[in-house]
Amino acid sequence: MSDAGKIIAAAGLEQLVRLLRARGFEVWAAREQAEALSLQPIESAEDLPRGRIEAAEAGKVRLVASGRDAYFDHTLPMQGLKRLVSPPEERLFACGEDLVPHETPPAATPKAVIGARPCDLVALDTLTQVFQDGPQEDRRYRARREALFLVAVNCARPAATCFCSSMDTGPRAEAGYDLALTELYEPEAHGFLVEAGSAAGGELLEALEGEPASAADRQRALAVSEAAAAAMARAMPSDVEGLLKRAYEHPHWEAVAERCLACANCTMVCPTCFCGTVEDRSSLDGATAERWRRWDSCFTLDFSYIHGGAVRKETASRYRQWMTHKLAHWHDQFGRSGCVGCGRCIGWCPVGIDITAEAQALADALPAAKEA
Amino acid sequence: MNDAAAALAEQGGDPGLVPRPFEVVGTRRELDDVVTLELAPLDGQALTFLPGQFTMLYLPGIGEIPISISGDPARPERLVQTIRSVGAVSEACCALQPGARIGVRGPYGRGWPLEAALGRHLIVLAGGLGLAPTRPIVTWALENRSKLAGLHLLYGARTPDAVLYPTQLLGWAGAEAANVMVTVDRHSDQWSGRVGVVSDLVPELPFDPALGTAMVCGPEVMMRFSLQALEGWGMAPAQMYVSMERNMKCGIGWCGHCQLGPHLLCRDGPVLAAPQVSDLIGVWEL
Repeated sequence: MSDAGKIIAAAGLEQLVRLLRARGFEVWAAREQAEALSLQPIESAEDLPRGRIEAAEAGKVRLVASGRDAYFDHTLPMQGLKRLVSPPEERLFACGEDLVPHETPPAATPKAVIGARPCDLVALDTLTQVFQDGPQEDRRYRARREALFLVAVNCARPAATCFCSSMDTGPRAEAGYDLALTELYEPEAHGFLVEAGSAAGGELLEALEGEPASAADRQRALAVSEAAAAAMARAMPSDVEGLLKRAYEHPHWEAVAERCLACANCTMVCPTCFCGTVEDRSSLDGATAERWRRWDSCFTLDFSYIHGGAVRKETASRYRQWMTHKLAHWHDQFGRSGCVGCGRCIGWCPVGIDITAEAQALADALPAAKEA
Repeated sequence: MNDAAAALAEQGGDPGLVPRPFEVVGTRRELDDVVTLELAPLDGQALTFLPGQFTMLYLPGIGEIPISISGDPARPERLVQTIRSVGAVSEACCALQPGARIGVRGPYGRGWPLEAALGRHLIVLAGGLGLAPTRPIVTWALENRSKLAGLHLLYGARTPDAVLYPTQLLGWAGAEAANVMVTVDRHSDQWSGRVGVVSDLVPELPFDPALGTAMVCGPEVMMRFSLQALEGWGMAPAQMYVSMERNMKCGIGWCGHCQLGPHLLCRDGPVLAAPQVSDLIGVWEL
């Protein structure tokens, strides 16, 4: 039965929250905060921003009334799942002059996320590849990742900044979730198709009150995803990887730099930007020091510092580094794109730089057949 | 659900970003601003390494820096690191006295592909402090001299005062085993040796370029010109290797700082074959 999924009533979301809490999970979801969405703990399904949708464009994200009381017409909180598995800052260890480290174990509170979006699930898998499958496993990351229970929501109404279809990461979740919901909002019935993607998800699905889903129900859910894909306005140009590898010295980087503030917002909201640094915080008497790990950004001058100064002094070279790493060199390093098409960098850029538009501008400027 | 966290707490040690304590057992001032430290692990476990690998050295309250290992790979019980004082951490490292403690992580990165030189003429081309990461090649090569057709060390320093390891260079130059050529960019009255950039020495090498393998380390501009000189002399790029430098922060591919185009240098490098960098080495601010 659970293989085919269940149809639950809209009110069943409250039972889902209760079941997750009963299993020891802190339940998190996108909540409304200052006319935007922020990933926060919730107490009940009442906390979900029902009837809200993003009015998003380059340089602007604002939550507005969606005109109906669906739960998930909005899409993305300003930050993805990254902060749950790789916190913005954490203490690694403390030591004195004897240099014997006293380690701080990670607090891996079991967390369940309701409303994880397909692109964010792919982003999480991308991060896992960096921190768990590299030369060394980041045990802190693993502890937090394994403590996550993910309830995906397939997107119904993409924001204007979304371009997951062209990155093949959405709008329907293919993997990486425990449960996946598709909201079926119809005049005569408002409910969800719930499908399980893991054993833990299957167990929870058994406990949810609902009816076995029929083939017609699943077809209705697929139609939601197809409509969402069709509604997506933005797209990444094809072969952006090859394009960027021919564009190291292109003058277009200077054109972007005239607008880019090097503020690092795009890297802070990007769900796959994994760069970090470690810094010392010492006690006032200097007897002990703590090592703190925190997010870093390739847009800062210090990022590329080697003796004698920073390698990337100009904003143009820093923007090139970010975009080329994300869309081209990620393939060399990890065998996939580092972009999942969530569009956060477009909406949260204070000057409205649009990564899809910059890629298109380079595509227009560089003939496909031209050699580097 | 919390098994991983419990296991982590039990094991008590995260090999990722937590250093091992070492003690300074010897110091040697090499140049005005360069010191070599000899370090011994407090836990007695030798830090075995491959020539070309680096460590992260940590001083509490000051910070952590990447330093190439410059000791003898056959004698790993003493960790030997040559450090130039250029910032807060390196300055503090250079001031350490015997008995002081220092944190060490590593070794990290891919080293020099020594096996690629077997049966061939091994050319070490070093500039400035680039002799420190290449010294383990020379040490290895002298110990394995019979497996090589020849050993050639081409070394360039800015001035006679900046020549690193001068006693050792004289020793190597005096031995039959190695062909040592040293040059300086700017000479003084006391200098009777060669003057000019190190890449200019390449055409003087007394053998067929097809029989050589080159390992190059120094400032990026020096490496760029050295690769050009080697290619101009007739060597195939596939037989040339360089040790590239970017900001190494974590050493294990987690922090993203050391990128050079497609390469995460801490993971894929620092030693790369010339064809891997030929499109990158001249690119502005890459």
